[in-house]
Amino acid sequence: MSSLEQMYQQVILDHAKHPHGRGLVAVAGDGLAGESHQVNPTCGDEVTLRVAVAPAADGGAPTVSGVSWEGQGCSISQASTSVMTELVTGRTLDEVARLDATFHDLMASRGKGLDDEDAEDSLGDATAFTGVSQYPARIKCALLGWAALKDSLARSGALAG
Amino acid sequence: MTTTDTVRAGAPETTTAPAVDWSAVRADFPLLARTVRGGRQLVYLDSAATAQKPNVVLEAEVDFYEQRNAAVHRGAHQLAEEATEAFEDARVAVATFVGADPGEIVWAPGATAALNLVAYAFSNATAGRGGARAERFVLRPGDEIVVTEAEHHANLVPWQELCARTGAVLRWFGVTDDGRLDLSDLDAVITERTRVVAFGHVSNVTGAVAPVATLVEAARRVGAVTVLDACQSVPNLPVDLHALGVDFAAFSAHKMLGPTGVGALYGRRELLEAMPPVTTGGSMVEVVTMQETTYAPPPQRFEAGTQMVAQAVGMGVAAQWLDELGMDAVAEHERQLAAELLKIADIPGVRVIGPLDTADRLAVVSFVVDGVHAHDVGQVLDDKGIAVRVGHHCAQPLHRRFGVAATARASASVYTTVEEIVAFREALAGVRAFFGAE
Repeated sequence: MSSLEQMYQQVILDHAKHPHGRGLVAVAGDGLAGESHQVNPTCGDEVTLRVAVAPAADGGAPTVSGVSWEGQGCSISQASTSVMTELVTGRTLDEVARLDATFHDLMASRGKGLDDEDAEDSLGDATAFTGVSQYPARIKCALLGWAALKDSLARSGALAG
Repeated sequence: MTTTDTVRAGAPETTTAPAVDWSAVRADFPLLARTVRGGRQLVYLDSAATAQKPNVVLEAEVDFYEQRNAAVHRGAHQLAEEATEAFEDARVAVATFVGADPGEIVWAPGATAALNLVAYAFSNATAGRGGARAERFVLRPGDEIVVTEAEHHANLVPWQELCARTGAVLRWFGVTDDGRLDLSDLDAVITERTRVVAFGHVSNVTGAVAPVATLVEAARRVGAVTVLDACQSVPNLPVDLHALGVDFAAFSAHKMLGPTGVGALYGRRELLEAMPPVTTGGSMVEVVTMQETTYAPPPQRFEAGTQMVAQAVGMGVAAQWLDELGMDAVAEHERQLAAELLKIADIPGVRVIGPLDTADRLAVVSFVVDGVHAHDVGQVLDDKGIAVRVGHHCAQPLHRRFGVAATARASASVYTTVEEIVAFREALAGVRAFFGAE
């Protein structure tokens, strides 16, 4: 597989064509909600992402109950936001923080992937972005949606305390 | 050099340009021989962002450091004399190249710095610096500054900031659907209130050449100062600033085959004489006491601190090299390459942002591909060794005008070949299939 094919894996092209969570959804119910607008100033790519956080129930932890977003950008930024939406929905905030850190590690791996197989497996389809990490100029594209998620969680107040 | 004769910039168009051996020209650029992305021959189509450098420019910098490096305009030793001579000879070469007098050329780190220098000089004059003779640079509330929607951010943001500091109002000309300046409301936009008209000679996105004479005449009628962003024109067209009649012009060396870190501000002598300094410090003064300072005449008044001497020398050599190549020949070559680039408009799904004819336009061609983002277009081309620019090219308002966030851009220079553009077109034709775009 060429570097280009490693970067544009079929799963990425599919997500880019049919993104998950696209179209902002109003957040209902008694949970917390946050919204963030992120821009990649070098190329003008944008994403507006809204997150809903369900309160802890039965002694459990609060979870991400919904992610919706609107954006324009390259196939990498669109697919990454789509894959992330699937990956984090239903996860606890701690799990989401770990996934975020793991994905950042993957993006810093210069195409080599992670040594930790369990960590890599935890990313699911997001491991398909390993090839992107060979291209420094494109890493920001893959991280745009993640930045919006982190910021919208912060804005929701769910991370407080 | 490869020309059999020399054509001076600004020569009449009827002059028959001597045949230039463009492949020999290309051989002067060592970087172009390298391969990229696993052994592919580089096809460099990003010269509008920054141009590659011929051997003579590289050698000039090395030679300066190896043989003549010293502080200029001070010191009584021989090296200081030689360094100063090289520095000032470079000023003469750059001035000659653009039809200016040497005293009208101020070194700047680049065009961005040069444009900011003019904007901040207006600010300083408005704050009372420069005295009565700086009246031409004083802005009052209600005064207007005119730009265009096609500007590079470097010729837009400094004027926005100047307006914010002084209370002046920013106005602008729009752009037509084919990417040319829309001057249909010329007399409504440039009025008695207009104090500055700042515009790009050639758009770095559409490649369109602005009607300089029309804008200069309108500005003169109302006594406004004209500021020309000549970054894209100076490397590719014969430019005679005296003939164009603009008051100020800015251009960067790195786009005209010269080094990074240096550029020039041209100012008409009487305006530079009247303009207050911006960056202050060493080398730009006459008499300094603990109470006050008097300033050197231009251009030194605007060249505070140690200058980028080796780079200026390199810029002078680049100017001379282009001059000897003959800017009429360069412009004709550019026209041919523009025609080759514009053939991408025939590829299904490709839309060019800018004029489709080669009249009054350069070989800078921005485009979008239906269903494929510019970054993805650039990546597929890069995989074939083809370097293009992707993004908004520092012209967000212009992109917004065309309803796109980003475009890809291919641009040519003296070393670009038709074969390279053919390879680019072939690669571009395959992009939509790669992404399964319908």
